[in-house]
Amino acid sequence: MTTTLYTSDHEWLAIDGDVATVGITDYAQSQLGDVVFVELPKVGRTLKKTEAAAVVESVKAASDVYAPISGEVLEVNDALGGEPALVNSDAQGKAWFFKIKIADKSELGGLMDEAAYKAHTA
Amino acid sequence: MLSRDDQDSLKTTPLHGLHVSLGGKMVPFAGYDMPVQYPAGVLKEHLHTRSQAGLFDVSHMGQIRVLPKSGKVEDAARALERLVPQDIVAVAPGRQRYAQFTNADGGILDDLMVANFGDHLFLVVNAACKAEDEAHLRANLSDDCIIDSLTERALIALQGPKAESVLAKLCAEAPAMKFMDAGPREIAGIDCFVSRSGYTGEDGFEISVPAGDAERLAKTLLDNTDVLPIGLGARDSLRLEAGLCLYGHDIDTATTPVEAALEWSVQKSRRTGGARAGGFPGAEKILTHFDQGASRRRVGLRTEGRAPVREGALLFADSAAGEPVGKVTSGGFGPSLNAPVAMGYVPTSQSALGTKLFAEVRGQRLPLTVAAMPFVKNTYKR
Repeated sequence: MTTTLYTSDHEWLAIDGDVATVGITDYAQSQLGDVVFVELPKVGRTLKKTEAAAVVESVKAASDVYAPISGEVLEVNDALGGEPALVNSDAQGKAWFFKIKIADKSELGGLMDEAAYKAHTA
Repeated sequence: MLSRDDQDSLKTTPLHGLHVSLGGKMVPFAGYDMPVQYPAGVLKEHLHTRSQAGLFDVSHMGQIRVLPKSGKVEDAARALERLVPQDIVAVAPGRQRYAQFTNADGGILDDLMVANFGDHLFLVVNAACKAEDEAHLRANLSDDCIIDSLTERALIALQGPKAESVLAKLCAEAPAMKFMDAGPREIAGIDCFVSRSGYTGEDGFEISVPAGDAERLAKTLLDNTDVLPIGLGARDSLRLEAGLCLYGHDIDTATTPVEAALEWSVQKSRRTGGARAGGFPGAEKILTHFDQGASRRRVGLRTEGRAPVREGALLFADSAAGEPVGKVTSGGFGPSLNAPVAMGYVPTSQSALGTKLFAEVRGQRLPLTVAAMPFVKNTYKR
């Protein structure tokens, strides 16, 4: 059973045991516009909560994606290298960015559930 | 973020209501509330302009008439030549030419279009510079000319391979115009000023229209299924692929026309040995650059990877060591090339096509190659 949580910076996390899959929300992609490039963290890198972990570039601009929680990067979505537009077509599905081993479960407490995120973007 | 007061002080163009009704995402630009994109998005808007036609609101730009007190347009042309390094006298009635206002240091105050309308000159200048340009013209040309800012007109650009057939339905004379022809034409019964030019690298037209008729004309053009409204986002990616300078970024008061690789825009008559050599601000420095070369030069840059290299990125000769040799002044993703494109300044010794350089992006040095511009072949109807 996975739970999906959200940050105020428009990242989503699907929590499955001690692993979180991280991406940007559909709202975020709609604000960015056409995504043309995604830079992902290296597997094995240890991220600290709120540090810049990935970059998503539209035709217009580059935007940082922040680590929503601390932990080690276990896997990245290589499909985004060849098809960055997946971020526009399936932001909260096939266009996940990276998987992270949750270092401190207490950090999840500060994140939003879907209802709270909907209110945040309303 | 803008405060409420800032937003309230933004100016609007006569097409503002139309942009909002079309779903335009409005942003502040040069003091105006302008559409950066419409629901189609930058990528589709860009590609549509290259394959069919796009309509751009460029009403924020300045439109200025320079009227000779003598009644002879040659006198206005000679007067304007005191401020620009171009041959304005040679611009025939019904023709237009690209020019720059230069300063005493040889830098560029603004770039502009100058058209000869038979009995006066018609100038189109950048939005962010228009107040300074008008003051500059008044300060320097008022003995010979009347400077008349046309604030009650909109400016609409129609660009792309279908621009001609779309405009032909409203203006029978449009197809006969050639690249850089310019003058008064009637479009859909409205008295307009039309030039066959633009800022995309595509064939197309720029249409100056009375403010009160602008929305009707824009809607009539948009009634064609070939025409989509295009925002500032795609306007920027289109001009970048076309290798065209954006004032304040690729050219400014610290760049001479020679450093900016705009030699083609300075006619022989104004260069050393020409019939009217010099006589414009900064002539000494600019003509020295022509005669002896400049130490740096604006070039096109292509990357090997897919990561865009953007404005401000420092350029290096080496993959790891050394001081920066130059800087990117415009950069982004070129939708028609499906690849990043950039332009920037490099030492002239490293400006040859094919020269390998590196751009620093997020702490990494990405390989780049000096490449020919335009990046996308232009389709002007000459």
